[in-house]
Amino acid sequence: MSRNRQWLVLSLLLITLGSLIFAYKYVRLGFPPLPDMQSEAWSIQARVQLDPETGSVRASLVLPSRPTGFTVSDENFISRGFGLTLEEDTYRRQANWAIRRMREPTTLYYRANVIRDTRDKSFAPRPAFPDVPQLEEPFATALQDIITEVRAESADIETFAAAMMARMTGREDDENTRLFLSTVESPMDRVRLVQTLLAGARIPTLQLHGVSLEQEQAAAQISTLLAVHNGEDWLVFNPYSGEEHLPDDFFIWWTGDRTMARVTGADLGEIQVSTRKQLKSALDLATLRANLRDSRMGMISILQLPLQTQGVYEVLLLIPFGILLIVVLRNFVGLSSFGTFAPVLIALAFRETELLKGILLFVLIVSLGLAFRFYLERLRLLLVPRLAAVVTIVVLLMAAISIISNEMGMETGLSVSLFPMIIISLVIERMSIVWEERGAGTALKEGVGSLFMAALAYVVMGIDLLTYWVTVFPEINLIVLGIIVAMGRYTGFRLTELSRFSKISDQNA
Amino acid sequence: MLRNYRTLKKAGVLGLNARNGNYILQYNKRRFYPLVDDKVLCKRCLQERNLAVPDLIGVIRSMRGASHMEDVLGDQREFVIKPAHGSGGDGIQVITDRKADYFVDSDGKLVEFADLKHHVTNVIGGMYSLGGQPDVAMIETLVHFDQAFSALTYHGVPDIRVIVYMGYPVMAMTRLPTRRSHGKANLHQGAIGVGIDLASGLTVGGVSGNAPVSVHPDTGENIQGFRIPHWERILLMASQCYEAVSLGYLGVDIVLDRDLGPLILELNARPGLNIQIANRQGLKCRLKQIDQLENKEADAETRIAWSCRAFGTLGEEPVAS
Repeated sequence: MSRNRQWLVLSLLLITLGSLIFAYKYVRLGFPPLPDMQSEAWSIQARVQLDPETGSVRASLVLPSRPTGFTVSDENFISRGFGLTLEEDTYRRQANWAIRRMREPTTLYYRANVIRDTRDKSFAPRPAFPDVPQLEEPFATALQDIITEVRAESADIETFAAAMMARMTGREDDENTRLFLSTVESPMDRVRLVQTLLAGARIPTLQLHGVSLEQEQAAAQISTLLAVHNGEDWLVFNPYSGEEHLPDDFFIWWTGDRTMARVTGADLGEIQVSTRKQLKSALDLATLRANLRDSRMGMISILQLPLQTQGVYEVLLLIPFGILLIVVLRNFVGLSSFGTFAPVLIALAFRETELLKGILLFVLIVSLGLAFRFYLERLRLLLVPRLAAVVTIVVLLMAAISIISNEMGMETGLSVSLFPMIIISLVIERMSIVWEERGAGTALKEGVGSLFMAALAYVVMGIDLLTYWVTVFPEINLIVLGIIVAMGRYTGFRLTELSRFSKISDQNA
Repeated sequence: MLRNYRTLKKAGVLGLNARNGNYILQYNKRRFYPLVDDKVLCKRCLQERNLAVPDLIGVIRSMRGASHMEDVLGDQREFVIKPAHGSGGDGIQVITDRKADYFVDSDGKLVEFADLKHHVTNVIGGMYSLGGQPDVAMIETLVHFDQAFSALTYHGVPDIRVIVYMGYPVMAMTRLPTRRSHGKANLHQGAIGVGIDLASGLTVGGVSGNAPVSVHPDTGENIQGFRIPHWERILLMASQCYEAVSLGYLGVDIVLDRDLGPLILELNARPGLNIQIANRQGLKCRLKQIDQLENKEADAETRIAWSCRAFGTLGEEPVAS
């Protein structure tokens, strides 16, 4: 019994495996299921203006390191004669520029192309618990009071942090809050204040600085969010409202309480950040993403192959669909043809010539070849030389058709070159035998059947979406294989048998 | 359409997919195939079991052998040339007489010796074998068909096909050559298939192609109710073939010779399904009945007796007790 069900297990396994790879590539890597889909990419730029003072100049700019939800696909710098070094570790990247003498105002640029990626909150390592800040009176007592009150109003770190930030919006009018808010002069002060208060409860916090990639901005505002660690994970809050939310389009440029750029030996003018949106082929972006991530799954695509090889595989990977069709036509419908898979190969030839012209050419070559074959029969040639003669005649016929159609100014004749002549020769041989043994009717019927199957296979293998799928998602052939395996155990009637055996059921009904 | 499907299923009809998947793949082991696919081997195997077959005149294995065909033929006036690996009756050349330098075929047409030789080289080249494999040509004695059939046949030799499953005869028919089939007993070449009641050996009704017929199209004779001679022996021989070639699902083709009685012409590991139309009966329900037998009989006579009881349709006394 277990062997009887093995085919089912294998088939389901293949289908599941194919679907999983497909789903992974679609959901995680964002390979588009339809061709010509576009998705957005961003180009962000930081412009650092320096005005000369005296002596040598050093400037540093933090670079995006782990922007959650995005990936930097490539970046470049415009350094204007400055020496550039990059300083990187796991969570921090920084560009250092240096020059001995700077005589006139200079602008340095950093530009990065950014694409969307999956969101994982790995922008910073697991933090240590901060020390309780040592404040002077009356702040120390006020801090203790606020912490006690907020703790009473909250259940865990998440609600504690949210309540603390809400309290600092100043809507609640109590004197401790007012005391702390009186020290706040800028929005950044407010963020630092919240950090201090949370540190009072030994809760680790981290500033997240970034820009919103919602729409293009010539002068984008750097905004700050506050990440609070609850012992397991980072929770991101809007420190001004206490709302827990990391917007989808928030691009985290850097973390921590440092400034974006630092300069010595020159006067730091304005840092201008601008963002620009670009529409790119979703497929290119997905491929880029897979490459950046070094994803093996993403590599399962013939797009990685050299262009020439791609063309070959685009056709080869379609063959299983043609074969699947043949299985359906033979085992479910009950049609028969010359040679089991010959129709698929003929269909491949049709791809070179287009359907109607292909059929005409096929009929022309086969009927001429058949005529020669009947003549050869009279010469009593031995089998192999006779087959060889037929192949040669087929080749000559194709050459003749090409030359004639060229003379007449038609182009299709030329593309006949890839017509599978061996297949045609075998069809001719087989057809002539059937012709002699079973009569012209059967031979023609089977010939037309083969042609019909070839035409159908051509139509199926010509579906653009299918071509695109096998190119980008070759794993769907695993699904096809699973279906073929399952169909191999279909032991019911074929469609043609319904009428063939109908006399029996009449009798017994 | 779906209703058609259900009625066929209810009638116990065996489809090609089910035949291939559930019976041939399961009960016919590939290593025994050569025993039936190679007619020379098959003949030897049957002769070892003392099952009667047409005698072998000779085998031509190579193109060189073909040029010595005269020696093989000797002064045989009548013989049959067959591809050892042929299927569906293709490539069979029947010679019934010699006139001067010519041979006479089953239609009475004259055939040159060179034509005959060309035919043999075609056979050796693999024109009629599955997949175009090189083959050998087998020459065997012509069967003189039993006059009992003369009213029911147009030239050629009618044969009897018995489907044997696990050694049990399951269904039988006789195939009558017609003008359309050029004297060949092959259904898709135009011969008529006539069902035979297993228990009595009486014919029940015929089919030409897929259409039912009750009279022979060339002789006008009624083909129903004809009693097949030597029926008991035919069943016995067919049933014993199971032990000879170890194939669970087997088609046995038997001809009746005027002098020698029933002879096994060939065995078939993938017998066709038209026998169901000829008998207006489904095979599957009968095969299932055998599947349900708890212990299969080792003895051919007992198996036949069981089959005749189970599958006899005319309600006559079975010939085998």
